[in-house]
Amino acid sequence: MELDLKKISLRDVNDKLQNLDRKQNQRDFIITNPEGNHAICAGLTEEMSVTIKGHVGYYCAGMNQKAHITIDGNAGTGVAENMMSGRVHVKGNASQSAGATAHGGLLIIDGDTSSRCGISMKGIDIVVKGSVGHMSGFMSQSGNLIVCGDAGEALGDSLYETNIYVQGNVKSLGADCVEKKMDKNHIKKLNKFLKEADIKNLKGENFKRYGSARKLYNFKVDNIGNY
Amino acid sequence: MCGIVGIYLKSEKFKDSLGSMLSDMLVNMSSRGSDSAGFAVYKEEDKEKNFKYSLCLNGIDYEKFKKEIENKITILNIEKNSDHVIIKAKNKPSDVIKILNKNFSKISIVGYGKSIEIFKQVGEPKNVVKKFNLKSFSGTHGIGHTRMATESAITTDGSHPYSTGEDECLVHNGSLSNHNNLRRKLKKGGINFHSENDTEVAAGYISKNLSNKKSLNDTLKGALKDLDGFYTFVVGTRKGFAVLRDEIACKPAVIAETDDYVAIASEFQAMAHLPDVNNAKIFEPEPGMVYSWGN
Repeated sequence: MELDLKKISLRDVNDKLQNLDRKQNQRDFIITNPEGNHAICAGLTEEMSVTIKGHVGYYCAGMNQKAHITIDGNAGTGVAENMMSGRVHVKGNASQSAGATAHGGLLIIDGDTSSRCGISMKGIDIVVKGSVGHMSGFMSQSGNLIVCGDAGEALGDSLYETNIYVQGNVKSLGADCVEKKMDKNHIKKLNKFLKEADIKNLKGENFKRYGSARKLYNFKVDNIGNY
Repeated sequence: MCGIVGIYLKSEKFKDSLGSMLSDMLVNMSSRGSDSAGFAVYKEEDKEKNFKYSLCLNGIDYEKFKKEIENKITILNIEKNSDHVIIKAKNKPSDVIKILNKNFSKISIVGYGKSIEIFKQVGEPKNVVKKFNLKSFSGTHGIGHTRMATESAITTDGSHPYSTGEDECLVHNGSLSNHNNLRRKLKKGGINFHSENDTEVAAGYISKNLSNKKSLNDTLKGALKDLDGFYTFVVGTRKGFAVLRDEIACKPAVIAETDDYVAIASEFQAMAHLPDVNNAKIFEPEPGMVYSWGN
């Protein structure tokens, strides 16, 4: 079913998707003319497939549960922020704070993201086919952040238990973020994510893994310079 | 918050619709600030390269002002647009500014130069663009601003764009934390300020460096060190404009570039209506990098 944002208000479109008509049970939607509007497809809670044709504004697919949402364009700040489950696929680039604070689900970004990708992530898996900007993975707590390109300054600053995998160059690591050994299990898991994101030409073996040195967990006066 | 918009035309194609493009962008950015709005449009200079002055009357009677100013300077053209007046004069800028300040202290000089015209006023962006009929403007490039006031009063003098030098102007989304110190330093160096606003200080800083023959690129690189705070800046000059974001880059900016124009806005939605924007090269300016067109 096509939902044209030039003809139907954003509020009505979101209302329709948030409260599916059980009698019709239509679960395939195409949204046209998004024109950079904010909060498109925010708060969906059911299994459905939505394709947005064009660029979206802030917080697209925020708080998503179960829905599969594809953005055929660029996404603004906070795409899939606080996602719980489901899958969000951005075919263009994403702005800052992609996947922020999200607890679950899979976020795939075909292009690059700007700063703070995966900030405070709590269990989401993020696959970025391009590069990520500065302070990505900042205070991230759990989940996997996979970057096929490069990472900007202060990657993984003050992170907890998120695994960060980067294939390209890392400009610098943030406080308490260190490179860690890749064992077979990590490579296996990483290959599974690459496959899920439909990446065929890359191998898990070529990535480096970064995680927490766990030195900032408790206050130690010797670490004062890192706070 | 605050919203920023700008267009630089790379070809002649949209010359006559510059005002209309800018107007729609500004109105869209009302969601980021509706306390005041303003815009600067750059038109081609005349053959004699005479100077124009953009003035806000602040309640002064136009006819009376016109009569009096005509006795004091050689006016080539005078045009009223709502509560603003654009005068074109033969005299030197330093003389005109001195005469205006001495005799019409209530009037604000919002900008001057060979091609710039600036209009700014309190009120919702849609009312401000309508009042000055921005849609009818043509030109080579223009920048605009919608303000959500934070650190200084909602007045004409507190509105953007700020112009502190010939054909220069600045719009800003963000806030500066060292503006009081910097204002004191710049005042000692001979720059005059008309408000308590932080952006006016940044504009003064840029003008001061440009008048010392520093390039725009070097000036903005210097700003990264000397200006403390959050900002996305768009700086307008006679030839084009430049964009700078601070290194933390909390304040947004999106650029869309086609063969015919470069557009910048705080959010993509402000340029969603621009011609052929879906085929434009769209990107976010990187933190701490100077981008410029036409300069």
